[in-house]
Amino acid sequence: MSLAPDSRARRALGSDHVAGWMFVAPAVVLIGVFGLVPIAWSAIMSFQANDLVSAPTWVGLANYQALAKDPAFMASVRHTLVYAALFVPLSVAGSLLVAWALNRKLRGVRFYRLAVFVPVVTSTVATGIIFLWLLDPVFGLVNYALSLVGLPEQGFLQDPNQALLCIVAMTVWGWLGFDVIIYLAALQGIPQELMEAAQIDGAGKWSSFLHVVLPFLRPATLFLVVWSTISALQLFDEIYVTTRGGPLGATTVIVFYLYQQAFQLFNAGYGAAIAYVLFLAILLITIIQLKVGGQRVYGKS
Amino acid sequence: MATDTLIRPDRPLDLEAVPDRRPRHWPFSPWHFFLIPLALIMLMPLIWSVITSLETASEAQRFPPVLIPKALHFSNYVDAWNSLPFGHFFLNSFLYSLATVAGNLLFCSLAAYAFARLRFVGSNLLFVLLLVTLMVPFQVVLIPTFLIVRHLGLIDSVGGLIVPNLCGVFGIFLLRQFFQSLPVELEEAARIDGASRLGVFLKIVLPLSAPVLATLAIIQFMWSWNDFLWPLIIITSPEHSPLQLGLSMFQGAHVTNWNLLMAGTVMSQIPMLAVFLFAQRWFIQSIAYTGIKQ
Repeated sequence: MSLAPDSRARRALGSDHVAGWMFVAPAVVLIGVFGLVPIAWSAIMSFQANDLVSAPTWVGLANYQALAKDPAFMASVRHTLVYAALFVPLSVAGSLLVAWALNRKLRGVRFYRLAVFVPVVTSTVATGIIFLWLLDPVFGLVNYALSLVGLPEQGFLQDPNQALLCIVAMTVWGWLGFDVIIYLAALQGIPQELMEAAQIDGAGKWSSFLHVVLPFLRPATLFLVVWSTISALQLFDEIYVTTRGGPLGATTVIVFYLYQQAFQLFNAGYGAAIAYVLFLAILLITIIQLKVGGQRVYGKS
Repeated sequence: MATDTLIRPDRPLDLEAVPDRRPRHWPFSPWHFFLIPLALIMLMPLIWSVITSLETASEAQRFPPVLIPKALHFSNYVDAWNSLPFGHFFLNSFLYSLATVAGNLLFCSLAAYAFARLRFVGSNLLFVLLLVTLMVPFQVVLIPTFLIVRHLGLIDSVGGLIVPNLCGVFGIFLLRQFFQSLPVELEEAARIDGASRLGVFLKIVLPLSAPVLATLAIIQFMWSWNDFLWPLIIITSPEHSPLQLGLSMFQGAHVTNWNLLMAGTVMSQIPMLAVFLFAQRWFIQSIAYTGIKQ
């Protein structure tokens, strides 16, 4: 009789093992087959020559060595970094300004918010097609607007010097609302007393924004910087729809180059090596951002 | 990441609860000078695509552009619909989105509950492996996943779209975090009353989790609905194509027929836009809560 509670407890614990594994089994199978196995396989593949059809052959580090000497890959890295260096600050700072403007009682504020949010549900493919039309060098509305104020017509997506900038503008348009939502949520978290206290202390609007609001928004900013950088480094859809990497390769970013190598030229081993380089770059940049951003948070508090 | 500090399910996002900071001496806020141009810039691409979609081909191919068409040619929409199997595109996207939403709700919630509440051998190792998967970008798994799906005979089928996306790690993390925030006493009481683990999960945990389940459903629906790269890799025939890939195929077929192209583009955006307008609050809350778009 004295053993009863003990055995009951043990039975409960035992059934946890069974129940636990039964609960996670479907997820483990699915994520194993379509997540973990591909991650390992991709690593192996990056050491192989693989055309997706015939049996792969082992080539050691040859893919990585070729990457280091591949001017087209280096160009794609450059384009990606330039894109990210423009997209991330523009979208994060721009969305902060917009969120700040929208976070108040204002006539028509619902309409303004709607205008800012609607591009978020517009698909990347649709965004690309619409901007291709807006920025059409011959019939486009933007060139028409430029001509109205006496400016010369531009090539936009067909001009190698402007194409990447157009992609930046297009993606900022598409992502701004997303960032604004995050900032609005964060702004709502600022206790009203904090703002009032700052004003009683004689802090001006600008000063209380700098010393009260910005520090308070730091977690949101850090999240948005990390998240925007990760998605900027993975840019693909908008490039595929608008320029296909052109003109003259000016918008060939890393993932587009990967797609070309793996699925158009059937250099899957090479593509896998590109994917791993991208992964390590994302990991490295994210760690640096979290370190720098995290330190600032602790420094302020 | 920092998501949990942004917004929590117990503190719903209320965009109406904002401070009134209008200066008293102005008849209207100076912010309008900033917000009106901003709203115009944000809406102009969509408005212009709607206008172009209603013009004739010759009106669309004119410079300076025809800003107000002489007549509204709704027949462009009919022509666009008939030129490629848009019916299939919509159907495939609905299947893809609904199946992945159902799969994620079911499989993620089961796994998330186990990680949140049950102690079982290997759970820590499993959890670390999941974390690894969450950090790896999709491009890394792209090529092997293509080979696996091809091996399963699912290339160029809606099944090939669905199966790899039935259970995402993101959903497991999202739900686990929520389940952990629930008071454990209710579940303990039910256990003492003799309920099984599954019974507790189904009858107590799930009913309490409606907000977070809705969030996951909305986010997953948006992901699948707007997904482009994966369909591009595995789908070749228009009949099996989801909407975004179909739209891209449509673009390839009508490179400079801008009025037709805009009709197809506008048409393809209507369902998501309609859902967004009706359920704006839910969308915004879901995005704010998870901080993730695609």
